[in-house]
Amino acid sequence: MSALPRAAELGLIACTVCGLVCRNVPGDPQLDGDGVDDAMACPRCGSTLRRRKPHSYTRTWALLIAAFILYIPANVLPIMRTASLNDVDDNTIISGVVELWVKGSPDLAIIVFTASIVVPMLKFLALGTLLVSSQRGSGWARTQRARLYRLVELIGYWSMLDVFVVALLTALVRFSVLSLVEPLPGVIFFGLTVVLTMLASMSFDPRLIWDGKDTDD
Amino acid sequence: MGTSSPETLLVCEHCDTVYRRRPLARGEVATCARCGAELERHHALSVNAMLALILTAMIVFVQANMWPIVTLGLSGQQSSTTLWGVILAMWREEAKVVSVLVAATLFFFPLMKMLLLGWLLWFGKAGRRAPGFVPLMVALHRLGPWTMSEVFVLGALVAIVKAHTYFDVTPDPGIYAYAALTLLITIFAGVDLRQLWDQVPERAA
Repeated sequence: MSALPRAAELGLIACTVCGLVCRNVPGDPQLDGDGVDDAMACPRCGSTLRRRKPHSYTRTWALLIAAFILYIPANVLPIMRTASLNDVDDNTIISGVVELWVKGSPDLAIIVFTASIVVPMLKFLALGTLLVSSQRGSGWARTQRARLYRLVELIGYWSMLDVFVVALLTALVRFSVLSLVEPLPGVIFFGLTVVLTMLASMSFDPRLIWDGKDTDD
Repeated sequence: MGTSSPETLLVCEHCDTVYRRRPLARGEVATCARCGAELERHHALSVNAMLALILTAMIVFVQANMWPIVTLGLSGQQSSTTLWGVILAMWREEAKVVSVLVAATLFFFPLMKMLLLGWLLWFGKAGRRAPGFVPLMVALHRLGPWTMSEVFVLGALVAIVKAHTYFDVTPDPGIYAYAALTLLITIFAGVDLRQLWDQVPERAA
């Protein structure tokens, strides 16, 4: 046993909802990562006690792949239509960023680019890396992988930025024939992508990072 | 190991490492030695202070939702909107999914969070468990990251800059209320709500 004992080694289990540490949970202490063990309710808050989030790998993979599939139309399809007297202009996420940059707000262009492109891509790559390495039980860069997961959790919801921008402009720019903004299907796909990536990172259990063969400490 | 009762133990949520709990000094944050995640932090805010913050946040929330956020002007015409104007506009424009997302993350979830916290803290102030304490604490936990007022403030800023090229933009009181709300949210986002489980003993239910 290492200097830092883990709950499973001591026959303890922590409630993920209220944090209460419970002992003597029956069941196989072997951690196979699919999170299925004997269900027991937390004596304090009544939530089901589980050593690991249930079916963490399967759920995270499924949500991540679904999010990635929706991310394609979110980028290819226009998210917003700007119509005025003399022209109709359909904007995609990227063209919106370019427009901000050209119209003299490179700082905001960088923020929108980060929220709409960098953050979702980072989430796909980061969660994909975490899934593959944890499933292999890899001991590689565990501390960094743990930090990567916390980063993904922290920044994930900021991707909603572009959705709010489109919604606000739609409500504001309604000058009948002179000028109108309409949402286009891309924004729906993008909103769903953000929700799915958030669900994916929530269903990943960071404890799995540390469950492989102990080679580090 | 057999002597310690479970309440004195703390388990890192991110890697399952077990620690013995110890009192934290003011401003101190306990981090996990294995994975570096935050385990627990000292709470400078008393229940009373948190209750005051929540009440302030509720008042600001009402203002942020009632007052228009921004007004656009184009050749003499004016157009302004509130948050509910945004939600209804998206619903009408056949982007119902987005409308529901906006309503949930910017209106219903933040409102629920504040009401739940206010209710639990109001009773907690008297050292009692509020009626429905257990299910409400669980509900509060589940709301987790689904409130996005701070993202909306940044979104409003981006929208204003985008609109600025074509329209006269006048910021309305709603945007300031939102900015204030974001500050308040940031203050109590750092508060670990789990302390309520320990602070309000069960026998007083």
